[in-house]
Amino acid sequence: MPSVKIKKHAPQNDMTPFVDVAFLILSFFMLATKFKPEDPVEIKTPNSVSSAPAPEKDYFTVQIDKEGKAYISLDNPEFSMKMIENVNTGRNLGLTPAEMKVFVNSPSIGVPFNQLKSYLQLDAEAQKKFKSPGIPVEDSTGGEMFFWVRDVLSAYSGRKLNLVVKADNSTKYPAFKNVLNAFKKNDQNKFLLITSPEDAPPGTALYETRQKAQTKKAE
Amino acid sequence: MASIEGGGDGGGHKKGPGVKKAKKLSTTVDMTPMVDLGFLLITFFIFTTTMAQPTAMTLFLPKDVDRPEDQNKVKETGAFTILLAGKDNIFYYEGLDPTQLKSTNFQKIREEIIRKKQSTNPEDLVMIIKPSEDATYKNTVDILDEMTINEIKRYAMVDISPQEFELVKITQAASGN
Repeated sequence: MPSVKIKKHAPQNDMTPFVDVAFLILSFFMLATKFKPEDPVEIKTPNSVSSAPAPEKDYFTVQIDKEGKAYISLDNPEFSMKMIENVNTGRNLGLTPAEMKVFVNSPSIGVPFNQLKSYLQLDAEAQKKFKSPGIPVEDSTGGEMFFWVRDVLSAYSGRKLNLVVKADNSTKYPAFKNVLNAFKKNDQNKFLLITSPEDAPPGTALYETRQKAQTKKAE
Repeated sequence: MASIEGGGDGGGHKKGPGVKKAKKLSTTVDMTPMVDLGFLLITFFIFTTTMAQPTAMTLFLPKDVDRPEDQNKVKETGAFTILLAGKDNIFYYEGLDPTQLKSTNFQKIREEIIRKKQSTNPEDLVMIIKPSEDATYKNTVDILDEMTINEIKRYAMVDISPQEFELVKITQAASGN
């Protein structure tokens, strides 16, 4: 036995500050972020200088993926039910109330009318795996998209509805144009295009205007 | 390895015979699992949420008019037509003659727009955007954005005419794109 005792350090150190930091970061993330919406396909939106935030409620979204397939979704379940009821009676789809319920709960729909019933009979897992062919918007008449837009408008009947188009960077223009045509056929001429924010390039007219507005605010 | 139990024999008070020694409880709690949990939740939130709030760009389109006499007429001096071709190419022409086609790209179109804006009476200035079938959605948004950036008040999005599309194709083929 050596005569000098070596002081033994406790093997564990105090974790409390570590916990503090972890939960601080956690609360930051909980407050500062928003849940990702469930999307059928990944869509990379283009950038724009527009600074208006995307609408938070009552928006009817048409998503167009790279290949030009269109998917629709409506955020408000109450009106979503009305819309599918309208579609059901208008197109004689013969959907049962249970199937309509599935429709309301699905995040987005991208199947033609003749496949809708069989699609809604699938369970949630199978729906995810199902490769949606997209809603037909093949020509300038708007295809089946025209009926969806008509029925969502009649479900809202005069209340404010935002028509939102979210398309991918590499979506071809005709696909986008056909969707716009479907809206236009329903006398809808105002749309919102979802974009990622970007600053106005320095030296341009918009940049100058924004700078002026900012200095005015500061004063 | 006898350091786990805090009390030991030497340190305790002597309470006399028969009095049971009260076992000293450690006041520190092991925080490690709590840290684990905290970071697990952080990673969960990082992966499932988004920081960037998407923005929306408003687009107004005119109503379709059937009769040509109802349509707005564009003055020749104020017209500036932008044709969006495939592969991020842009063609433009001033006035109403499509054969005066000039080629440019997204980096240089701004200069042309600014030049046109400065050299034209603001009341006459109309930008006509004609995306072709080969143009992408990104091209369309970019050029609409360019209108906002340069504060062009009057612009219209019109379908490309077959004649113009032919011209664009020929010019693109000639320049090897």
